[in-house]
Amino acid sequence: MPIEVISAGLSTTIQDLGRPGYYHLGIPVGGAMDRLALRAANLLVGNPEEAACLEAVFMGPELRFTQDALVAVTGAELPPLVDGTEMEGWASFPVKAGQVLGFDYLRSGARAYIAVAGGIDTPPALGSRSTYAIGSLGGIDGRPIAPGDRLPVGAASGANSGGRRVPEELRRACGACCELRVMTGLYWHRIVEDSARGFFDDTWTVAPEADRMGYRFQGGRALRFVDREPPFGAGSDPSNITDACYPYGSIQVPSGTEPIVLHRDAVSGGGYCMIGTVISADMDLIGQLQPHTETRFVEVDMETALRARRERQEMLAGIRNRLS
Amino acid sequence: MTMRYSFGGDEHVFVEISEAMSLEAFFKALSVTNAIREEGLKGITEICPANASFQVKFDPDLIRPDDLLREIRRLDEVADQASPMLATRIVEIPVLYRDPWTHETQMRFRERHQDPNSTDLEFAAAINGFASVDGFIDAHSGAPWFVSMVGFVSGLPFLYQMVDRSRQIQVPKYLRPRTDTPKLTVGYGGCFSCIYSVRGAGGYQMFGITPMPIYDPEQRTSYLKDFMVFFRPGDIVKWKRISREEYDECTARVEAGRFEPRVRDVVFSLEEFNRDMDGTNRRLEETLHAN
Repeated sequence: MPIEVISAGLSTTIQDLGRPGYYHLGIPVGGAMDRLALRAANLLVGNPEEAACLEAVFMGPELRFTQDALVAVTGAELPPLVDGTEMEGWASFPVKAGQVLGFDYLRSGARAYIAVAGGIDTPPALGSRSTYAIGSLGGIDGRPIAPGDRLPVGAASGANSGGRRVPEELRRACGACCELRVMTGLYWHRIVEDSARGFFDDTWTVAPEADRMGYRFQGGRALRFVDREPPFGAGSDPSNITDACYPYGSIQVPSGTEPIVLHRDAVSGGGYCMIGTVISADMDLIGQLQPHTETRFVEVDMETALRARRERQEMLAGIRNRLS
Repeated sequence: MTMRYSFGGDEHVFVEISEAMSLEAFFKALSVTNAIREEGLKGITEICPANASFQVKFDPDLIRPDDLLREIRRLDEVADQASPMLATRIVEIPVLYRDPWTHETQMRFRERHQDPNSTDLEFAAAINGFASVDGFIDAHSGAPWFVSMVGFVSGLPFLYQMVDRSRQIQVPKYLRPRTDTPKLTVGYGGCFSCIYSVRGAGGYQMFGITPMPIYDPEQRTSYLKDFMVFFRPGDIVKWKRISREEYDECTARVEAGRFEPRVRDVVFSLEEFNRDMDGTNRRLEETLHAN
């Protein structure tokens, strides 16, 4: 029995952990911007960690349940309301047939993950239910959910009757300012040295153009490029390169002014030089940044990146332990 | 060519083969990425060849970054010793140049163009020294093209023409990107042609449109039933200039599920090509039109 969409929120999409393996054809991995939050939401309702959830941005949808269900909301602090009564975030709660799940206004963070026991059960595309709207792939007809949609739900495992919660210390806070750790490289050598230091010294703010493809930042000093004769095929702007692949998390700075960090729905390549890459451990965090959030970029090396990655894995292991 | 190796964070190795575009650099990207794929290294999740560079995405929990880098350097040397031969296919892509849809879009975004008083084709012809748009279209649809990269968005091919550098067409991108481009627009930016696989933003000049879908997530198109993306890096493309009547007929056949692209298997040798470009291209075209 499906869930009926009464209102859709701002851009609510079906997401799981994505579809690796097609980036060489321009189809990005996609999936939850905040993977840890999606995994936690699924664990709370007894789903496999990779089950499909709803990813709501800034504003929640309104959903009418047509059968009893167990639900959990994680990620951004977007308080869930069952028939108007507030429920705890990062905890599982029951919703009865006929009840409406809505949301209060956003308190912090940017993206909330709504898991339903059984998982959202739309047909997978290339091995994933994740919605990739640019390529009209996955989700419902390859687009965000819309009023009138009926979301199919899979069979719940039945092993979980609710009342589970992620302890406070294992919920990642979404603060008022944020630091993103960066490994320099790629075309970093194209930047003049003193201007390169400015990139890490300056405070940037998240621009309004921030979505699943990438996050744009503004407010820092412009980068200056080392003089050169444009290589054949690269284009005449000093920030141009012969079109190349873009790593997830890579930071491009078109014309040197506003850095863009590519995220899960990245364009797979293009002609702008990249100056470095946000480390894998901090990618989830980007998905929780609101426009205007103050952000600093912090330079780290591979060793630090791998240590941070292990710390994230230990945090997830902690959540698994508490919920299994 | 001096390869430049770099880590893209803790999950990517990025290798620049050459700063400048060339068929040699593209072939190197293709042969090293093929060698990496065949090696079947544990922990590699994506292998992406590009025009003159490539990228490998990996899981550092399964393979140490330095170990992977060492493996890629080794395979890079092995690939150098192989003769640059490629078993691939040549595909004929029908194009309606000067079509009404990209023309309408050009007019809507004229203030973002270098020369608001001309069309994209007139501008491209003039700055490349062609006396007429027809002469320019002859050059674009004359010699074949390599698909040197698939990406940006779903299934979009970048194409590099198989001619001497002195004959390469070069056209700057729009001054500011458009917010709209019709689906299946044949575009041009820098030294690359492309086909926009989906409708959306774009900065390439617009020359025409093909009636042949190249990306179909619903997989209703007859020749995309097995896989939704048509192109692979290394495909060879020959544009076929068509009329409006042929375009309409072709569109009708696509919709009726009766359109089959003309595709032939070929083996391409870079050495043979460099010895005799026009002769190699002529033989490729003969194979394309043989039954």
